[in-house]
Amino acid sequence: MSDMKRLAQLMGELEEQLVVCMRCGMCQAVCPLFAVTGKESDVARGKLALLDGLLNKMFENPKGVYERLNKCLLCGSCATNCPSGVKALEIFIKARVILAGFMGLSATKKIILRGMLSHPEVFDRLLEWGSKFQGLFTKPASDILGTSCSRIASPILNERHFVPLAKVPFHRIVPSMNTPAGSSGIKVAFFTGCLIDKIYPNVAQAVLDIFSFHGIGVFIPEGQGCCGIPAISSGDAESFEKLLLYNIEKYSSADFDYLVTACATCTSTIKKIWPLMVNTGSSDDLKSKVEKISGKTLDINQFLVSKIGVKSQDEEKTSKNNDDAVKVTYHDPCHLKKSLGVSDEPRMLIKANKGYSFIEMPEADWCCGMGGSFNLQYYEISADIGKRKIKNVKTAGAGVVATGCPACMIQISDMLSKADERIAVKHPVEIYAESLKKG
Amino acid sequence: MINSSLLKEFTDLLGRENVFTDKADLVTYSYDAAVLDPVVPAVILRPANYELVGKIVGLCNENSVPVTVRGAGTNLSGGTIPSANGVVLVTNALNNILEINEEDMYAVVQPGVITAKLAAAVEAKGLFYPPDPGSQAVSTIGGNVAENAGGLRGLKYGVTKDYVMGLKFFDAYGNDVKTGSRTVKCVTGYNLTGLMVGSEGTLGVIYEVILKLIPLPSHRKSMVAVFDETAKATETVAAIIAGRIVPATLELMDNFTIRAVEKFSKAGLPLDAAALLLIEVDGYPAQVEEDAEKIESICRKKGATSLRVAKDASERDKIWAARRGALSALAQLKPTLVLEDATVPRSKIPEMVRAIEDIGKRYNLAIGTFGHAGDGNLHPTILTDKRNKEEWKRVEDAIKEIFEKALALGGTLSGEHGIGLAKSRFLKNEIGAGAILFSKNIKSALDPKNILNPGKIIGE
Ligand SMILES: Cc1cc2nc3c(=O)[nH]c(=O)nc-3n(C[C@H](O)[C@H](O)[C@H](O)COP(=O)(O)OP(=O)(O)OC[C@H]3O[C@@H](n4cnc5c(N)ncnc54)[C@H](O)[C@@H]3O)c2cc1C
Ligand code: SF4
Ligand code: SF4
Repeated sequence: MSDMKRLAQLMGELEEQLVVCMRCGMCQAVCPLFAVTGKESDVARGKLALLDGLLNKMFENPKGVYERLNKCLLCGSCATNCPSGVKALEIFIKARVILAGFMGLSATKKIILRGMLSHPEVFDRLLEWGSKFQGLFTKPASDILGTSCSRIASPILNERHFVPLAKVPFHRIVPSMNTPAGSSGIKVAFFTGCLIDKIYPNVAQAVLDIFSFHGIGVFIPEGQGCCGIPAISSGDAESFEKLLLYNIEKYSSADFDYLVTACATCTSTIKKIWPLMVNTGSSDDLKSKVEKISGKTLDINQFLVSKIGVKSQDEEKTSKNNDDAVKVTYHDPCHLKKSLGVSDEPRMLIKANKGYSFIEMPEADWCCGMGGSFNLQYYEISADIGKRKIKNVKTAGAGVVATGCPACMIQISDMLSKADERIAVKHPVEIYAESLKKG
Repeated sequence: MINSSLLKEFTDLLGRENVFTDKADLVTYSYDAAVLDPVVPAVILRPANYELVGKIVGLCNENSVPVTVRGAGTNLSGGTIPSANGVVLVTNALNNILEINEEDMYAVVQPGVITAKLAAAVEAKGLFYPPDPGSQAVSTIGGNVAENAGGLRGLKYGVTKDYVMGLKFFDAYGNDVKTGSRTVKCVTGYNLTGLMVGSEGTLGVIYEVILKLIPLPSHRKSMVAVFDETAKATETVAAIIAGRIVPATLELMDNFTIRAVEKFSKAGLPLDAAALLLIEVDGYPAQVEEDAEKIESICRKKGATSLRVAKDASERDKIWAARRGALSALAQLKPTLVLEDATVPRSKIPEMVRAIEDIGKRYNLAIGTFGHAGDGNLHPTILTDKRNKEEWKRVEDAIKEIFEKALALGGTLSGEHGIGLAKSRFLKNEIGAGAILFSKNIKSALDPKNILNPGKIIGE
């Protein structure tokens, strides 16, 4: 019992944020998880009540609460739509840190997070081995999507049609880069991110093509690390801090105008989570470095539209009357729209390519169900949420679905491939880059 | 008592995945949107078909176990705060729209259907289900019927009770009871439908509802009138009603509320206005224009400083979304929000608003007032921090005074939020000992073991 008192004390840090929730229940309307399960502990109101319960020492042990807290996509739909302004996402992440610290990380998570992720060289090497051997275990499932389903039964792969690891990760193609600003007068640092590096190097390549077309100088440090979201969302503040320091070090060595990423999740982590989590007990020097970097961080779509001035093609003249145009729709990643308020820019970027005609899908900003490790832990629910997305994609009747986050790309590819849909998944920068090649 | 053999019966009936007994699940069904202390129940049941509902209620009765039905748990009066040794029966898996009949204009739905989803499905067919509580994006039809929920359109279109044509429910024994019909008229037997509407789960568990639909009005016009004094706004409300105009919606927001709402909704509300009226008229184009003109001239005569008409659907939606956000937007200002629901005859609105302002001053409390001014239903909202004992005492006294004033003006304790646990002790001030005795007799005759949502409305 004295343990629970100690925990209540730790939770005290969240009290002022927790009391803001008035239990109106309006978050039920937007929670993708609750829409599938109908269970109160899955929606923000329930989770907040559970954290309140820890604060008020209602539990003999925190296990049940911890489990339910972790069953969450961290999509932020609740926080964005909460009329009372409850910062649910922030609360959930902080509570995960408190609880993981209190209860200890699971052994698997420790190996993955502490042993691999927080040592970028080890992580890179392991995944490279993985990419060499994966052909043995998987067979091509869908040539359009480029997904594979597992050839042999594997507990992690089970029903997944996952997009395979790239044969050569981006950091092997372009280990580092440092070019001066060209005609645009702008120089950016590019943060590749793990998924783009290891699964979608073609997206990174498209970004570089665009940068070179617009005369933008690029800085890519050698051996960049993970943004830290897998660590912090598992409550592993230690690994997170390591990665943070590592990255800050890498990016503080050069001068650039903006830090740009093509991964919605990395962008929102750097912009929102870095400053949030660095606040507790870090040195002023680190704080100011983090502030400086996250202040300069921009999503690639936003950067291209707002800083470079990329514009949509005039709809009248092009796509609408062009029968050859490829129909494309767009899925809003939670980490772009809900976390950063970026939703017009990727659409504008897509519309900048005359070869495509844009169709809005219903519920474009309904979460795809990926949620990082949520997908690994709750694959069935994740797939149920994903099916709703696929239904909406199909309603749009497009041949391509674009989205600004590699994690969403993986999930949507998996879902489309399993449903045998011949619809391709692309990043808006790929679509825009195609238009530059055509001249 | 819920012993292990009863629990096993529940599990056999519903399947393990629909029976929750973990403390961490129980805690999440211990509250609703009312500011009351949570009570942790003994078990949660989430039946996936309606037959199971009857069996559950029957078993609860046999074993003398209290059962509290829960839709979305958004009621504001403690109606879904369960008993400590009781069952919570969640209806959100019973969420099918069974029929939308366009010819005869009715819909048949299960209780867990979400209000806004029904409204959208009906509207897609050119029909209209008007009751639109602020919580419609999540509230259930079962909850709406059991609370007799109102909404923003009550003034012209009435409240939930005006749309319930018939019901099916299980009584305390688990017997299947049918009342009402699919016809416009029906006088067969007692009006059990009327009894069940607003019964807050104390007389039976509703498992099917027949709802009246009406044609969707072809035109709508929304406007915002700005006032530099609250009194001018409330007098305008009384004048519009006295002028025999019935807008679909006539909502009031005071400055306090405007500022809170604008922060969240960014709908472009004027932050310096003392009060706003949000008005919508609907119907045939000619009638809409005529009503709008009349309202405009009344507003100007009563001293509105400006009047803005929504240009298009998106501007209109923004106005109403802002209004729907009012309650929760106010909630972010202080840790505790107490929402009242006192309602007065419409001509008394100016006096009631003055009284609320005065009470706020005297008790030194932050009170925001908004609400369905057009139907006399105001929502004075007290912002406080329940952890502050001294202030909380003042809040309770202020609430009592608000009730007294409303009753003195010929009004009622609750226009739409129900009595539940929160207001049951004030009930006799309004309806008197006779009505309470009669209600208690009904309750004990129909539910002799007092298993259906005990303690709500008429107390234990
Ligand atoms: C932000 C906000 C705005 C609101 N705005 C309005 C408004 O404008 N107008 C208004 O009237 N109310 C409003 N409310 C109050 C509330 O939303 C309504 O009372 C609504 O009808 C409750 O629906 P629910 O599904 O949440 O029911 P619950 O809260 O789950 O239940 C309400 C009551 O109904 C009983 N019940 C539920 N289902 C059944 C059933 N199948 N059979 C028998 N009994 C049942 C429960 O036992 C309980 O007593 C608002 C609430 C919030 C939080
Ligand atoms: S998190 Fe926000 S929307 Fe959800 S219950 Fe709390 S106040 Fe309401
Ligand atoms: S973050 Fe997403 S999944 Fe988690 S509670 Fe909020 S809306 Fe639901």
